[in-house]
Amino acid sequence: MMAMSKKMLDQEPSEIEMLLPFHAAGTLNARDTRRVDEALASDPELARQYAVIREEYAETIHLNESLGAPSARAMHKLFAAIDGEPVRKPSLSTGLSARVAEFFSRLSPRTLAWSASLGAVALLLQAGVIGAVLVKNQTASFQTASLSIKEPSSAPFTRDLGASVPPRALVRFTPEARMSDITALLDNYQASIVDGAKGGMFRLQFGSRALGKDEVASLLSKLQGEKIVNLAVPTP
Amino acid sequence: MQVLYGRHHVRVFRFGLRLVRDEQVAEDLISEVFLDVWRQAGKFEGRSAVTTWLLAITRFKALSALRRRKDVGLDDETANAIEDTSDDPEVVAQKKDTSVALRKCLTSLSPEHREIVDLVYYHEKSVEEVAEIVGIPENTVKTRLFYARKKLAELLKAAGIERGWP
Repeated sequence: MMAMSKKMLDQEPSEIEMLLPFHAAGTLNARDTRRVDEALASDPELARQYAVIREEYAETIHLNESLGAPSARAMHKLFAAIDGEPVRKPSLSTGLSARVAEFFSRLSPRTLAWSASLGAVALLLQAGVIGAVLVKNQTASFQTASLSIKEPSSAPFTRDLGASVPPRALVRFTPEARMSDITALLDNYQASIVDGAKGGMFRLQFGSRALGKDEVASLLSKLQGEKIVNLAVPTP
Repeated sequence: MQVLYGRHHVRVFRFGLRLVRDEQVAEDLISEVFLDVWRQAGKFEGRSAVTTWLLAITRFKALSALRRRKDVGLDDETANAIEDTSDDPEVVAQKKDTSVALRKCLTSLSPEHREIVDLVYYHEKSVEEVAEIVGIPENTVKTRLFYARKKLAELLKAAGIERGWP
């Protein structure tokens, strides 16, 4: 037994071997994930070890989930202690960062991965809905155009989409995006999350005033160019 | 604070419980952890995830609690001595159940191996985050997890379970 241990411990692991558990848990960056994927595809021995790791991963989760939850005593003790603390008023910015931090930290890598997949499905559905609306509106505009000939005014017929509403977009962040990056991006764009995590997409609102069509297009183009943004599409 | 507690207290409790192995102590720990969070909320700068911050505080509190308890040490020998009071690996092997044996052996790992396995597999922390929580270099995170897994394989082998690795 001791001899076996010694022999095993003497064996130096390769870099890829050491990354396998993190790959199984989905916490590697894109570059390392690709390296491990390639190694797994070409090395059966490594693939065998990966299967063992997946088993360890599942059982570790099972073991931890079986530990149960603390009793209400812990919560009562905590809030009694907090009641005894001097009252503080956190600043608005701290409160906002904390809320954003909480919001993103509660999404585990597994949840984010699922959210990304759901986001793709949601995007397809959204494309379908937009397509249907466009087709419907095309018929309506034909009727309006025929009527406008009789009008003396040559001003183009436009539909009011709510000029006073600031621009909004559905945004999907990359899996590598850290909470601090997202908070910085929100600050830079003076944006706020008005709805979130539906299918991995967050509805952001930019500023507090309405923008022109060109300004919105420019804003979205800039947003789409951000490293941590996978997708940004306009939304009402 | 209630929202923060509601979202994270179970994970904090489980991480603490796996370290201190005493439900009463683990429950006391979470009160201390969240009270610290309440007091230090202004110091949180958002450079890391809230869970990483919480787990780092929990670990520190758990180790302090262990130091206070003279009957529990941090070395492998003491930890293994405590674990041997229930089913031994041979009994587990008789059950012919790899899953049960695996969970038993996960419990039998040393505290430092247990915490790294839990942080990576259960708490889904990256190399960088584990390094921040445990306070060790990133390369040490990777090698420590590798040797924790080697140890796990040894324990399973001793229980008569071969998994094809190493």
